Amino acid sequence: MTQPLTLFDKLWAPHEILKAENGLSLMWVDRHYVHEGSFQGFDKVEARGEKVARPDLTFGIADHYVPTHARNLPIADPSLANMVRQIQENTARHGIMLIGLDDPRQGIVHVVGPEQGLTIPGLLIVCGDSHTATHGALGSIAIGIGASEVSHVLLTQTFWQKKPKRMRVTVDGKCGPGIGAKDIALSIIARIGTNGAQGHAVEYAGRAIRALTMEGRLTLCNLAIEAGARTGMVAPDETTYAYVKGKPFAPKGAEFDRAVAVWQQLPSDPDAEFDTEVSLDANAIAPVVTWGTSPEDTLPIDGVVPDPALLDDPARAQQVQGALDYMGLTARQKLTDIRVDRVFIGSCTNARIEDLRSAAAVLSGRKAKVPGLVSAGSTLVKHQAEQEGLDKIFTEAGLTWAESGCSMCLGLNGDIVPPGERCASTTNRNFRGRQGPGARTHLMSPAMVAAAAVSGHLADVRPMLQGRA
Amino acid sequence: MQQFKMQPFRKLDGVAVSLRRDNVDTDQVIPARYLKVPRAEGLGDTLFRDLRYDAAGNLRPEFPLNDPARKGVSVLIGRKNFGVGSSREAAVYALVDYGIRCVVATSFGDIFAGNAVNNGLVAAIVTEEDIEKLLSAVEQTGRAEVDLEEQTIKSGNYVVPFTIDAARRTRLLNGWDDLDLTAQYKSQIAAFAAKDEAARPWAVPAST
Repeated sequence: MTQPLTLFDKLWAPHEILKAENGLSLMWVDRHYVHEGSFQGFDKVEARGEKVARPDLTFGIADHYVPTHARNLPIADPSLANMVRQIQENTARHGIMLIGLDDPRQGIVHVVGPEQGLTIPGLLIVCGDSHTATHGALGSIAIGIGASEVSHVLLTQTFWQKKPKRMRVTVDGKCGPGIGAKDIALSIIARIGTNGAQGHAVEYAGRAIRALTMEGRLTLCNLAIEAGARTGMVAPDETTYAYVKGKPFAPKGAEFDRAVAVWQQLPSDPDAEFDTEVSLDANAIAPVVTWGTSPEDTLPIDGVVPDPALLDDPARAQQVQGALDYMGLTARQKLTDIRVDRVFIGSCTNARIEDLRSAAAVLSGRKAKVPGLVSAGSTLVKHQAEQEGLDKIFTEAGLTWAESGCSMCLGLNGDIVPPGERCASTTNRNFRGRQGPGARTHLMSPAMVAAAAVSGHLADVRPMLQGRA
Repeated sequence: MQQFKMQPFRKLDGVAVSLRRDNVDTDQVIPARYLKVPRAEGLGDTLFRDLRYDAAGNLRPEFPLNDPARKGVSVLIGRKNFGVGSSREAAVYALVDYGIRCVVATSFGDIFAGNAVNNGLVAAIVTEEDIEKLLSAVEQTGRAEVDLEEQTIKSGNYVVPFTIDAARRTRLLNGWDDLDLTAQYKSQIAAFAAKDEAARPWAVPAST
């Protein structure tokens, strides 16, 4: 009898070219996504005077530095224009397909990859971006890498990895209304910490995960890195196949059927063993927000800001006090009393069509008390939202409807939260200065950001959904 | 500045500084607005930029790296979970360009630790008990000795052992570049690619 295997084991084996004596494996890469920030990797290729090994498996996307306004005009800031030009030049020089600034498919790499069918099950995917784990939602290994590794993949279509340990996070039960993938993901991080999954490949399993749409699974896997994981993944199932079928770059006809037959073998065997197991009850998950400067600083919306004086560990107390000082909060303050200055709906975490619908469901017929920016995850998502009339709901509520890009998640393109201002944000990191120097970020779901927008303070979305779909 | 070349690392006796913080993310190591700076220009000035300077551009005297006695620092003692978050290798460039050759912590972000070895930076892991000893020792002595062969760090009277992945240690000791190692497997890679394409034709993107 053969040994029962996990999803991760089954994905790993066919990509392992060899295992060296030092314990590292040389891994084959099926997809390599590059963006403006990958220029350091291209520079190393140039310095060696060599060629990209597999331009047909490399895909360029402009997202990190692109403007979200006035796309009909040249980019005003020459340093930003240069970043967008570099990805054009680097991809053109090496014969790599680019979904560039003016492409109708343009958007955030972790939205566009699945949307275009470039990301499908059974692959090994890398990108010089830590949120690459997003693509694992389709049942692939997706790993974020640094610039040296980007150049290594460009030159060889391979990279070295030590096989991570296997962790399974099982979420059984059913989420209540107004509670979704973001609440699940942040609740997991709150439970295990930002280094809780370090050195692990995480498989998300259980009834609450199976019940998620592909959009929800992408959000969940996107945040695997915020628990320190090498990658996150969900086993492919009918939801996955239905999503992939008909996508532009996905296998077609008999090839698709043949692929599905292979993908159906991928889910973990019933008796497969994991190095670490964690389980959560979806019924117990509330809408959550972050209060501090790490994604693990997550609490249910009906909670209060922690009091460092009540903590036994002096190092932890000092850490919490530092976070409160930066965030401008006081101990034991009710979370719903925290006023916000603006909101942001966007990023690779939460800017897919379902995210925009859930925010619009709250905003419909209501006015935001604070300004805010809505940047769709891709230009195609933007168009779909416009066809559904969601853009009108956002603008009538008083929010700004913008073009697609990484935007205010990290402010590279100039969309920043001004110093000292507080932003309710659908993004992935509440690090100090992440949305701009001195910016204060509270992470939450798109529905909760909408609730904060109409309330002017952090708020529980659930009462606002009563009588609505 | 010249293109970076890997240098072998064996022993280092240098100025050391303590940074008593958990979860120092790479956004703090180098803020995003400096990510478009080419490596050739050097990124040392951007290291911990918003921790070293206030909004008006004045040095924050209380930040440990700003202590004049720690000028020329080459060893940084952190705490738990150093280098989490963004995959930006520029975080390692900023540390290395500032002169830091070894960071000590109880754990590291996985991507950061990988980026470190690719730039000759030692990411040394010590226990929670030892990190507190080391932080205190370094604050008194201002120096540390790192021995990668023996896997020890010494400051004053304290000598603590550290761990590092064996394959990474070998690369650091020899100053090996990943690409040079991979070059010897060229024929295996080509054979694998040919076999794989026949076995998984669906894995190649369909043309539209």
